[in-house]
Amino acid sequence: MELKLADYKSDLAPDWCPGCGDYGILSALQTALYKLGIEPSRAVLVSGIGCSAKTVHYAATYGIHTLHGRPLPVAQGVKLANPELTVIAMAGDGDGMGIGAGHFVGVGRRNPDLLYLIFNNEVYGMTKGQASPTLELGAQPKSLARPNIQSKVNPLMLAFASGFTFIARGYAYDVKNLARLIQQGLEHRGLAMIDVLQPCPTYNNLHTREWFAPRVYDINAAGYDPRVPRDMSDAERAERMARFTLKATEWGERIPTGVFWQAELPSFEERLGEFLPGYPKTAPATRPPGGEAERARALMRGHRVAE
Amino acid sequence: MGGMERPALDDFTWRVGGPQGSGIETAATLFAQALARGGWWVSARREYHSNIMGRHSYLDVRASRRPTRAFFERVNLLAALDAETLARHLNEIQPGGVLVYDPDAARRPLSKLAMLDGAAYKRISAALGGGDPVLERALEHYRAGGVRLVPLALEPLAREVGEAVGADALTAKKTLNTVAVAASLALLGYPLEFLDAALAAQFAAKPRVAELNRKVAAEVYRRVEPLADAGLEPIGSPGERIYVNGSHASAMGKVAAGLGFMSYYPITPATDEPFYLEAHPESGVVVVQVEDELAAVNMAIGASMAGARAALTTSGPGFALMTEALGFAGLTETPLVVSLYQRGGPSTGLPTRTEQGDLRFALGAGHGDYPRAVLASASVEDTFADAALAMNAAARFQLPVVHLMDKYLASTTRTVEPFDAGAVEPDPGVVAEAAEGVFPRFSLAAEGGVSPRIPVGTPGAGYWITSDEHDEVGHITEDPELRDAMMEKRAAKIEALREWLGPEKMYRTHNPEAETLVLGWGSTEGVALEAMEGLDLGYVQVRFLLPFPDLGALLEDKRLVVLEYNQSGQFARLLTQETGRKPDHLIVKYNGRPMTIEEVRAAFEAVLSGEAGAYTVLRAGV
Repeated sequence: MELKLADYKSDLAPDWCPGCGDYGILSALQTALYKLGIEPSRAVLVSGIGCSAKTVHYAATYGIHTLHGRPLPVAQGVKLANPELTVIAMAGDGDGMGIGAGHFVGVGRRNPDLLYLIFNNEVYGMTKGQASPTLELGAQPKSLARPNIQSKVNPLMLAFASGFTFIARGYAYDVKNLARLIQQGLEHRGLAMIDVLQPCPTYNNLHTREWFAPRVYDINAAGYDPRVPRDMSDAERAERMARFTLKATEWGERIPTGVFWQAELPSFEERLGEFLPGYPKTAPATRPPGGEAERARALMRGHRVAE
Repeated sequence: MGGMERPALDDFTWRVGGPQGSGIETAATLFAQALARGGWWVSARREYHSNIMGRHSYLDVRASRRPTRAFFERVNLLAALDAETLARHLNEIQPGGVLVYDPDAARRPLSKLAMLDGAAYKRISAALGGGDPVLERALEHYRAGGVRLVPLALEPLAREVGEAVGADALTAKKTLNTVAVAASLALLGYPLEFLDAALAAQFAAKPRVAELNRKVAAEVYRRVEPLADAGLEPIGSPGERIYVNGSHASAMGKVAAGLGFMSYYPITPATDEPFYLEAHPESGVVVVQVEDELAAVNMAIGASMAGARAALTTSGPGFALMTEALGFAGLTETPLVVSLYQRGGPSTGLPTRTEQGDLRFALGAGHGDYPRAVLASASVEDTFADAALAMNAAARFQLPVVHLMDKYLASTTRTVEPFDAGAVEPDPGVVAEAAEGVFPRFSLAAEGGVSPRIPVGTPGAGYWITSDEHDEVGHITEDPELRDAMMEKRAAKIEALREWLGPEKMYRTHNPEAETLVLGWGSTEGVALEAMEGLDLGYVQVRFLLPFPDLGALLEDKRLVVLEYNQSGQFARLLTQETGRKPDHLIVKYNGRPMTIEEVRAAFEAVLSGEAGAYTVLRAGV
């Protein structure tokens, strides 16, 4: 049966504020899944807590709305149990860069084959607009009682330091390009992260749609090549790292979007397969039942007092 | 003296002590394996500091003609590999027992023992008459009390013997543990062939090391004369017996029940289990070491949602971090087993010592009301069966199961008959036969609160899972009627679980006709049963703490004693809550050391004689 874009939409109407960037991200996500022809029942969306987390309920895939900060571990559990599934984790900036930041570093070191979207609007929306870890030092959106006295974390730089093999930035209101980025992230073998900039029309009166529109530009269209093949020379790699750093820290009058870094490294599933016989074919959620007693007996044999 | 008849021993405890990291664990394994090969039932317990190298550590190996699950305070032979062992354990040798020690080490004053902490120094100094005592002088006192002193400088012996068999000085020094075991067994008159076989097996992967150690053992046997009257003989064949600890048994039980996924963050004493599985890929388990306990528990939940049988292990501090996710598993009806290896709390507490201080915590962990099961294992054998049962209960009732263990159980290694893996049937749970389109994963048409389940990713279907209250397909709801219906559906699982288990899995009794019943849970059963031999006492082992068994009729008109490893009597309070009965005597221990048979026996005798108060604290241990 031919899949239609409508097949990726659930019956539930979103309850986000009018003008929320989440609409654009949801739409781009559904478009990317549709374009890649991924069966909705073979895709699992995993979110944290907050406005962004509701996204999973509006897609007609499997959806897991987890705890604050925990979408990444849950998503990795799903993926490692059943590597045949397409797994997309998503988190708000507070979720992903604050309470869940430890998992961000952890997943980077593993490089599982999944996509991670950060819904970055610089505020905690659901709890009425507190400063998130991506809000600039000194910034004071209207919901804050005083200017922000903590510096911001740069998701791209942290992703790089943590070993992510695909690092990108999108913009929620450029749905077409965001859908393309998501498609590229899903096609990447290994861990892909997209930092998605989005206005929060209710609490962030600083970085609005009008503020972003003239600033965002596509680095790949401007000739930036993110690919870092495995056999690249050290000198060339160092040059790419310097170029990445320049682009990833560019912010203000011009805000770059696109793919910043794409490297090749064995996925976590491949690394596990080197030690676990048959994995991922023998993955715990897909292997047929049977053989359990024999596996326990195999362990016991190693404990026999006499051979 | 060869013609003299030596009395055959029925029960024997060997203690080896030395600095951590010096390999005394290998020594204990060799001693245990040598005896196990001669048909003895052995158990070995391990006491150690939270330290990598240098602090005092010791192991007891008990060999008996019958299986044993507890240890005596007083040992038959103490092999002291250093002066600190001598200082700490002199008082724990039975009259008639043997002390093997280095006479040079004994000549040092107490103040020269670098790793002896201040509290121990003061205590030992006072016991030996005050000041800065020299251990050698104290030895005479013990000799007069019937301890047989065998001055044997093990380190020089290792050097000499090593040279005699052609090893260089450094290599020879590494055989110290073999020398200690060989010297002990030679003194006891136990045949060399069993140690020789144990050494060959121990160093099977390193043939040259094996050869050297076997030569060294043989040379030690040539040099050490057997004691006249300490006859330790082989008593039979080990048959199929295996030598395992609680961590291994727990892993094996889970594997037999189909374990497929385990995530972990390192913590003592819970990590031995995943570490063991990681080393054994034939277990078929995906083991992932992660960044923290939050990741560990949530990753296991994710794997379970996708259809893997998932479990994890942790200890108190780690479990504290997992409690939010435990409620997540409860609310989302996700099967999950957490083996909680209790250690001395609170906070970091006594990280390498035993306690049963997490019972109330396990029963109440997490915010809000949700169903969970809590069971506790009493022994290595129980642990295998309980781990499998925990996996099956989690799968069948779609809830988190906390499997309580403790450090004592985790690190006590015993010979047991092989576990009956064939008797474990992995329970597939209640699975929906066909699913298409949006699937009511949380259907209210649920017998015993259990909605038929399909894993996330099942082709052709779909549903949602949320940590919010939800409707039947998993969408968020705040509807008051749906809320009530979902709360009540989930709560129904506890009674359904109770029925599924039946009383025989929830508790067991020994001599329940006695007028006075001792109640315990977890690893106290072994020491309680051995300590009450010949006394007019009965024993009740409560295996499920939640749901709690119906003990009302059993306890009627009985005098009740509770024995447990925590200060406040957590089980005693639970007993009162569940049965309305307040125990007449509470016997507790919280110094982190395992209960000894002697001290529990004395406490029981005091109960029977009427001398015991309502609250007794046991304080033995080094």
